[in-house]
Amino acid sequence: MAGLATALGSGAMTNTIAEIAGASCILAVGTSTTAGHPVIGYRVKEAVRKGARLIVVNPKEVDLCRHADLHLPLLPGSDLALLMGMARVILEEGLQDQEYIDRRCENFEAFKKSLKAFSPEFVARTTGLPWEKIAQAARIYATSKPATILYCMGITQHSHGTDNVLAISNLALLTGNLGRVSGGVNPLRGQNNVQGACDMGLLPNVFTGYQRVEDPAVREKFQRAWGYPLKGTPGLTHTEIFDAAHGGKIKAIYLVGENPLLTEANAGHVREALERLEFFVVQDIFLNETAALADVVLPAASFAEKEGTFVNTERRVQRVRQVIEPVGESRPDWWITCALAREMGGRGFDFQSPEEIFREITALTPSFAGLSYRRLERGGIQWPCPTADHPGTPILHREKFATPSGKGKLVPLSYRPPAETPDGRYPLVLTTERSIFHYHSTMTRHSPGLDDLRGEEELCLSPEDARRLGIVDGDLVEVVSRRGRVEVKARVTRACRPGVVSMSFHFAECPTNTLTSPARDPVAKIPETKVCAVRVSKISR
Amino acid sequence: MPDLITLTIDGVEVKAAPGTTILRAALERGIYIPHLCDHPDLEPVGVCRLCLVEIEGRRPTVSCKTPVEEGMVVHTSTPDLERTRRVNLELLVASHDYNCQFCARNTRCKLQEVTRYVGLQQEDMDRLRKPPLDQPLDDSNPFFVRNMNKCVLCGICVRTCAEIQGDGCIDFAYRGIRTKISVMGDGPIAESTCVSCGECVARCPVGALVPKKAEEPSYEVETVCPFCGCGCGIIVGARGGRIVSSRAVPGHPASGGSLCVKGRFGLGFVNHPDRLKTPLIRRGGKLVEASWEEAVSLVAERLSRYSGAQLAVIASAKCTVEDNYVLQKFARAVLGTNNIDHCARL
Repeated sequence: MAGLATALGSGAMTNTIAEIAGASCILAVGTSTTAGHPVIGYRVKEAVRKGARLIVVNPKEVDLCRHADLHLPLLPGSDLALLMGMARVILEEGLQDQEYIDRRCENFEAFKKSLKAFSPEFVARTTGLPWEKIAQAARIYATSKPATILYCMGITQHSHGTDNVLAISNLALLTGNLGRVSGGVNPLRGQNNVQGACDMGLLPNVFTGYQRVEDPAVREKFQRAWGYPLKGTPGLTHTEIFDAAHGGKIKAIYLVGENPLLTEANAGHVREALERLEFFVVQDIFLNETAALADVVLPAASFAEKEGTFVNTERRVQRVRQVIEPVGESRPDWWITCALAREMGGRGFDFQSPEEIFREITALTPSFAGLSYRRLERGGIQWPCPTADHPGTPILHREKFATPSGKGKLVPLSYRPPAETPDGRYPLVLTTERSIFHYHSTMTRHSPGLDDLRGEEELCLSPEDARRLGIVDGDLVEVVSRRGRVEVKARVTRACRPGVVSMSFHFAECPTNTLTSPARDPVAKIPETKVCAVRVSKISR
Repeated sequence: MPDLITLTIDGVEVKAAPGTTILRAALERGIYIPHLCDHPDLEPVGVCRLCLVEIEGRRPTVSCKTPVEEGMVVHTSTPDLERTRRVNLELLVASHDYNCQFCARNTRCKLQEVTRYVGLQQEDMDRLRKPPLDQPLDDSNPFFVRNMNKCVLCGICVRTCAEIQGDGCIDFAYRGIRTKISVMGDGPIAESTCVSCGECVARCPVGALVPKKAEEPSYEVETVCPFCGCGCGIIVGARGGRIVSSRAVPGHPASGGSLCVKGRFGLGFVNHPDRLKTPLIRRGGKLVEASWEEAVSLVAERLSRYSGAQLAVIASAKCTVEDNYVLQKFARAVLGTNNIDHCARL
């Protein structure tokens, strides 16, 4: 998000899901698309059937690799070196779109200079891959047009995730793939409405539509609309909030629909932080592991019990409709928050329906200004949609970029290793992944059947590591990091390269995130759950 | 827009885009031609031999594989066609386990539709020797059952897995009368590479692939899947205040009429008995049931004690746009804090 906003002026998928099927080349970096976003996976496989070249960059041989021309199993955390290496090949072999760079980009010379540090030897050593394989990927990406890049948490959940994203947008700018059909840079957003939550300013530094809290004109607009004085300094991010609670600065938290005890990196620290709060209120549909620590639990209605909208990963605002009455005395989240606000004397919380709320949103949010429930009746509309007669925007950056200069910024980058590297005590790298049969933790674990298909955690490791550690498939093993320890069944698979092991994080019985590293990206503040040093040993019974 | 092609089907003038098959052109014009193996989402294969038509000046041909041509004159029902079609259908029905009233596909079955059109009678069937219908049920998957005794070998599931899902987990196996649809190694489907997307179940024209514990909904509502960021369109069925079914919105702009295992089969959480049904307040170390009035006034009173800098709000990427808007307005305006974030980074 932060990375794309720097380079292109907007941090969202630049193109639509349907366009992926029309790409000539798909570069999938840090996404196990067929597991994390199955239906987008269908479009990737469709493109491959039509002849597209698929390059998968992933430490693990994920399912998507079965359809790939080229799989680059890089060492976890070395993505930036690989991507800059590809940029170097493109420029050395003259495969860039120079006309596009001259017309639509800025900062080319400075960027070019920063490639000097990425010598073939350095890149090969850092990524653990032969240079020729990286060069081959660069040639395929640069010469097959249109080419699209898909990426996900494998890129962002690093202590240098923002730089990784910039390295991706650099590649797309060099090859003129932004602003064209079936091209683009496409972050696959995780949750059903994570795009919408960002769009609505559920972030410490922006109001709705990414209007910055520091901007006096923006603040003035919201102050006038809401009738409250508003703070102009950005607040704390997710992980900083837990740190501040741990340190006693934050005294009370109102947490809605999340289970950080399973999903947040270094979960042991999160538990301690929550236990130190003076007051903790949780609003959820289940009494999950986090809610069990609360002082008050408020029962929320599920998606099937309320009206509203979700924004999907391609910026499509779509209508959510009520199917059944709320279960028990549960209530829609907006109803609960409004009740709390009114009880605290809040003005402007007398909404009678989600549609009334949506009208207030569109009045205050330029990128949503042209939307209404009536217009969203069929199929939804992709923002930006500034006026009532605007058809929405399937492809971003067609004429110019959303940066102040209107140009796409090529950003010079330097390599930083992951915050935690393997050593004698913790010789293996653990990286986290998702299973197709689960989402995060709470909903899918409560859906009968999904647990039959995948009911427990497993640690995937290579046959080489397994042999060395005396582990066979199905053995119970312990996984220990600097922060925690879990017991889990081992699965020996060629999908893992030696030195790298992987786990998902869906199971409360085996909370993977008690192991993971809280080291953060300095800009986006995303924890580095994709690289954590561990040791694995067999448990003898 | 390319020029439309004009042809005549059973004396009716029909217009269709170039490349359209005779079968699709006829169906779009409201002229029924019996068919089993054709599906609008899939490449035609012409294996069921039920959609035979006569084109003047040519031999009988399958209409699902023949593109329309200018001036074509097509007949869908002649004595020769009826006779051939009847025999083809008899052979299909003979190897089909027709206990229709207990079949989950009853009244939506394509084989029933064709049989009704052809007018097949019990005595037509009695003269044929039936093969044994003794293939064991494969109920290894938690969400659907495979009953090969009802399979008509149309291959729609095989093509769906290859062309829609893109995995090719199933295919035709064995030869002749022993031909059947199978996973690699002919084991239970739960032990195969199948990811339970249910695309084949949604397209099976007969009762060979049906959802387990299928309850007919009393009404349906179109909404959006609550799991990942794809934003697939789903049509959710309910009955007696419970969710009982989910299917894809055909031609949806984001999902193109497809779903994965979670969107199609994973909505059981909504009516799970563990859903929170009342507010809970911690009393004497335990969470106990409370009324909304008590809970709201307690939370409001406790939150009022702190300054903005001492408070934080963590929001959910699962909630709606409207839920989230209200929440950040509450945090910024009422609580006076920008300490608000959500799980986008996880």
